[in-house]
Amino acid sequence: MTTAHGCAAPDYDSVDEGTELPQIDIRIRRADLVRYSGASGDFNVIHWNERAARAAGLPDVIAHGMLTMAITARIVTDWVGDPGAVAEYAVRFSRPVIVPDDEDGAEIVITARVAKKLPHHRVRVDIVARCGADKVLSMARAFVVLP
Amino acid sequence: MSLDPSFIGRTYPAVAVYEVGREKIREFADAIGDPNPVYRDRDVARSAGHLDVIAPPTFPIVITARIAEQVIFDPDLGLDYTRVVHGQQRFVVTRPMRAGDRLTGVLTVDNIQAAAGNDLISTRVDVTTEDGEQVVTAYSMLVARGTSGVSSK
Repeated sequence: MTTAHGCAAPDYDSVDEGTELPQIDIRIRRADLVRYSGASGDFNVIHWNERAARAAGLPDVIAHGMLTMAITARIVTDWVGDPGAVAEYAVRFSRPVIVPDDEDGAEIVITARVAKKLPHHRVRVDIVARCGADKVLSMARAFVVLP
Repeated sequence: MSLDPSFIGRTYPAVAVYEVGREKIREFADAIGDPNPVYRDRDVARSAGHLDVIAPPTFPIVITARIAEQVIFDPDLGLDYTRVVHGQQRFVVTRPMRAGDRLTGVLTVDNIQAAAGNDLISTRVDVTTEDGEQVVTAYSMLVARGTSGVSSK
């Protein structure tokens, strides 16, 4: 997986509702799915076996929802620096990420903005993850405690 | 086949302790492609105020998914796992998991319902240290597509 981003650690007083986080683009290839299966213990065949994926009614192998959720979290953790600042993180898996067996794989484009400033230095960050025209996560939100 | 609604509210006893390893955290961070040093370097983690390297926000699934298998794979529940996709996931964090944590978890079935021909099951795993310190709660909703017995596409 590859990513490109740049950021400076935010503090509560310097962010406003509507503040955009630096966008990240992450590419997932078949090898990443195999690696995630091993690290997570989720060996569901639809994440590595095209024949099994098609038998389950899918167009091709799909990424683990939890892998998409994990890489999407990076827009927040790269922004705050310390991932320990994430107090809550929630997503709905709205569309599968289809990962073809080629060098390009699938590219996830992740954007986010500060949706709400809350008491006790908390902010709610609303996140959008797209793969091509598909919104692959919906209602993706993180609650983060800022310095 | 619909799911047995009598499972709603059922709670399973705490499971055997899982010890969070430093190399397991590194392996997971590598697998999600995240180079953050807080996952790898104890000195960096300490300077950020942690006692040891911490785990990424979605790492708890490694522990909680296995705990949830107690109900997901219970034949009496009636869930067809070959039709299952992940619907929703939420983590509420009391403090980040870190290397050396000795964790256990209690599984509760929060809800079972049928919607649009699908069977939905919502579970909650409350993860604590073996000493009872609250760490994280993981809420999962799984969807079995087209299994509820009413008309489906």
